[in-house]
Amino acid sequence: MTTRIEKRFAALKAEGRAALVTFTMAGDPDYDTSLAIAQALPKAGADLIELGMPFTDPMADGPAIQAAGVRALKGGQRMTKTLQMVREFRKGDDATPIVLMGYYNPIYIYGVDKFLADAKAAGVDGLIVVDLPPEEDEELCLPALKAGLNFIRLATPTTDDKRLPAVLNNTSGFVYYVSITGITGSAAPDAAKVSMAVARIKRHTALPVAVGFGVKNAESARGIAGGADGVVVGSALVEALRQSLDQNGKATVGTTKAVTDLVADIAQGVRSARRVAAP
Amino acid sequence: MSVQQPNSFRTGPDERGHFGIYGGRFVAETLMPLILDLEKAYAQAKADPAFQKEMDGHLATYVGRPSPLYFAERLTEHCRSVKTVSGLMGAKIYFKREELNHTGAHKVNNVLGQIMLAKRMGKTRIIAETGAGMHGVATATLCAKFGLPCIVYMGEVDVERQKPNVLRMKMLGAEVRGVTSGSKTLKDAMNEALRDWVTNVADTFYCIGTVAGPHPYPAMVRDFQSIIGRETREQMLAAEGRLPDSLIACIGGGSNAMGLFHPFLDERGIEIYGVEAAGHGIASGKHAASIAGGRPGVLHGNRTYLLMDDDGQIEEAHSISAGLDYPGIGPEHAWLNDMGRVKFLSATDDEAVAAFQLVSRLEGIIPALEPAHALAKVFDIAPTKPKDHLMVVNVSGRGDKDLASVEAFLESKTK
Repeated sequence: MTTRIEKRFAALKAEGRAALVTFTMAGDPDYDTSLAIAQALPKAGADLIELGMPFTDPMADGPAIQAAGVRALKGGQRMTKTLQMVREFRKGDDATPIVLMGYYNPIYIYGVDKFLADAKAAGVDGLIVVDLPPEEDEELCLPALKAGLNFIRLATPTTDDKRLPAVLNNTSGFVYYVSITGITGSAAPDAAKVSMAVARIKRHTALPVAVGFGVKNAESARGIAGGADGVVVGSALVEALRQSLDQNGKATVGTTKAVTDLVADIAQGVRSARRVAAP
Repeated sequence: MSVQQPNSFRTGPDERGHFGIYGGRFVAETLMPLILDLEKAYAQAKADPAFQKEMDGHLATYVGRPSPLYFAERLTEHCRSVKTVSGLMGAKIYFKREELNHTGAHKVNNVLGQIMLAKRMGKTRIIAETGAGMHGVATATLCAKFGLPCIVYMGEVDVERQKPNVLRMKMLGAEVRGVTSGSKTLKDAMNEALRDWVTNVADTFYCIGTVAGPHPYPAMVRDFQSIIGRETREQMLAAEGRLPDSLIACIGGGSNAMGLFHPFLDERGIEIYGVEAAGHGIASGKHAASIAGGRPGVLHGNRTYLLMDDDGQIEEAHSISAGLDYPGIGPEHAWLNDMGRVKFLSATDDEAVAAFQLVSRLEGIIPALEPAHALAKVFDIAPTKPKDHLMVVNVSGRGDKDLASVEAFLESKTK
């Protein structure tokens, strides 16, 4: 079985460039705006879309993504609406992979089996669940794989060579390398260190490796894209969205464009990178 | 409801940190290697007689253990004098005096163990979360004693209502970082401490204050707090020649309760009561009673009973007691509830404040608002038990820190 994620990475590999993976929060600042942003992302240059599932207690996220979750919840976002958003997106785009990213409790409360069935039916391709390490694979990872969804795991600088096989086992679609120890939106990583880390992970897996945390603009994206199969940008997009809101926190006419302009700029960075790592 | 009970209630958790379906290790990958290291280091320390010997020395000379088991004679008489009670009724009430420990609460028992472990692991920076401030004060105290820098995360709401403890922490050399995210209370302080830990993995030890969080914390904190129950056993045998008939303690995360309960769990004739904070009343929705008003979910590294909405979003807890103001409970308590071994009750703000005042006047002991919740239920339960029933209530902390909160509460009632 080949998923949209696997097809997309294979196509980009043939093109000889890295993927741009964007993160935005579903429902930020309201359902309609965040759907419009998601629909505009592929044209702006996003190759894969990560949609955040908002949660009240995002333990691994920095201030920008915390605030995005608060805005989304305040705007009435809930799991059913996040899945609805994916269904609506799929009506106009059957190729761009969608990964839902968040924390376990809202999925657990929705019901794991029902969630997997509904997500698959809506057109979700993969899941990233921050607080489910390999030690808890029976909770969601194994059922997700069985349901035909990719389960994308985070590898971090603290994941040493001894632990990597456990982290990579049952990972599918791609590996998300968190380039720093820290919360989302922290300082930009050193590009040379990142490509070394990617090379280390690639010694253990044939999966594509996307790198996230700290990518803010075209320049930092270019640096990372030279040594990885994908670049993830999140906090910077969410922050651009925030700056476009009016004083009551509502979307303005410029909100979608604020996000897509930055995506287009970063996409240029990704596409102009010279691949230094082995393809 | 009939539940298949295990042969022993004292063998958990399993090797993956589960108490039945509760517990576990629901943390970000960045933290997972640290938690595995901690588990290994704790197992080694636990098996090392030198570690235990050093801890016993500090417990005796620095903490001031053993804490007394005190016969609360006037409280006992009070409960026997209630009109509805026959001459044969009214339990004999003992206090386990954890409020007499150095720093004024049971928290120090656990912090001593964790800071000694941090030293042993070569960690050079300590972080902690705190609600009422008692765990923060205990951590600041032991960091001063062992010469380690200490950062305490505390919700801004709690900084405001527990000012004396903020001053104490600062005097002890700790840095108190006010947390402004979410509900600005204990759960948000824990989120912020986890964010710090994810960022400073190499040198930092996270000293968790209760029997919650990812494995091995619930078991480790329980082990360090179990000295409360072990002493109570010996002291009750010395005082009465037999074991108690019932135990009662307040529960936020549940470390003082677990410390008292755990050594007695397999004496099935002993009744065990945990008292959650009912705030304005369970029906009001403004409470902190995870068992009475919550359901199983996953937060802060473990599966347990949580307060949340039907979308799985965590709800804010409400209690006059900052130390109980948390939307979850330790996973082992969740399991003991489901097994029917511990009976969970709840006490409202009103009941706790009434008990706070009455016990102060009857016994000359000003309890913290947290154990005042347990004391409130003593007034309900003791009169229903025969006179030879021995009841132990854990007075887990002293109430000096709460005087301003209680005064403000009483003033708001008279308006």
